[in-house]
Amino acid sequence: MIELIKEPWHWLAGGIIIGLTVPVLLLLGNKKFGISSSLRHICAMCIPANIPFFKYDWKKEIWNLFFVAGILIGGFIAARFLQNPNAIVVAEKTQTVLKGYGVTDFTGLMPLDIFNWQNVFTLKGFFFFVVGGFLVGFGTRYAGGCTSGHSIMGLSNLQWPSLVATISFMVGGFISANFILPVIFKLLQ
Amino acid sequence: MKNIKYLAVGIFFGITFVKAEIISWFRIQEMFQLTSFHMYGVIGTAVVTGMISIFFIKRFNIKTFSGEAIVIEDKKFDKGQIIGGLIFGIGWAITGACPGPLFAQIGAGFGVVTITLLSAIAGTWVYGKVAAKAPVQNE
Repeated sequence: MIELIKEPWHWLAGGIIIGLTVPVLLLLGNKKFGISSSLRHICAMCIPANIPFFKYDWKKEIWNLFFVAGILIGGFIAARFLQNPNAIVVAEKTQTVLKGYGVTDFTGLMPLDIFNWQNVFTLKGFFFFVVGGFLVGFGTRYAGGCTSGHSIMGLSNLQWPSLVATISFMVGGFISANFILPVIFKLLQ
Repeated sequence: MKNIKYLAVGIFFGITFVKAEIISWFRIQEMFQLTSFHMYGVIGTAVVTGMISIFFIKRFNIKTFSGEAIVIEDKKFDKGQIIGGLIFGIGWAITGACPGPLFAQIGAGFGVVTITLLSAIAGTWVYGKVAAKAPVQNE
């Protein structure tokens, strides 16, 4: 059994568990599945700076911070105790493209050529951590949600604005992965 | 502590994020290069599962465990969903993570993603600062 759990999970299993989070949170306490809100609550809690957008009772939303803390712990448990003993399988075509960009590490979930402390104060770190992170935080809040709040919760509840948001996420991702990332990697070479 | 149950759900969720390789930067590149079905399978299945769940909750008027009526607010359309959505999408392909996986990546040992998370918090803060007049978005 434990061997089976250590294998990478099929998308069907992953999708069902993630989808079930929607009713579980509703049944547990009428909570709407959404993760990017946690970033707003952290702002409201730590650096509200008298900004109206952060002046609300974040303590009422604290369940969300427990939820994301759980995600972090879950990530630790999975990587520490349930780690896949084999290298990740990345599609041939994508490997070829990424090798062309100078990515060499295809062993773990993330390429260590990029996601490494040594890159923090480099141009690479600036693009992948600082710029990338900023766009994620700014964009999700502007859009009023992320993949969880819009694409999963919103679409599950048949909300057309969430469909608009989801299409926009995907369009942004396609542009970024196929046109912006190549430019970033070129700058880094 | 009534919030511990959400921590537990989060743990289960975080394990799934790692084991189904949703936190993988490679899987996100594959998705946007159309070289693997994996992420489409995950998101599609999650949406269908969520849809069926909400259908039953509404159809049978299912209440929360404490007996409260379940209320899900409608999302209002805002141009932010397009502009912000595009901005987030660009960041998604660069970082290989939406906000949820950021937390799981850190837990899974990619500590440097803490910088990405801090920058995402900064991005949210700047949005709040510059867009203070914008109507409050959906939670």
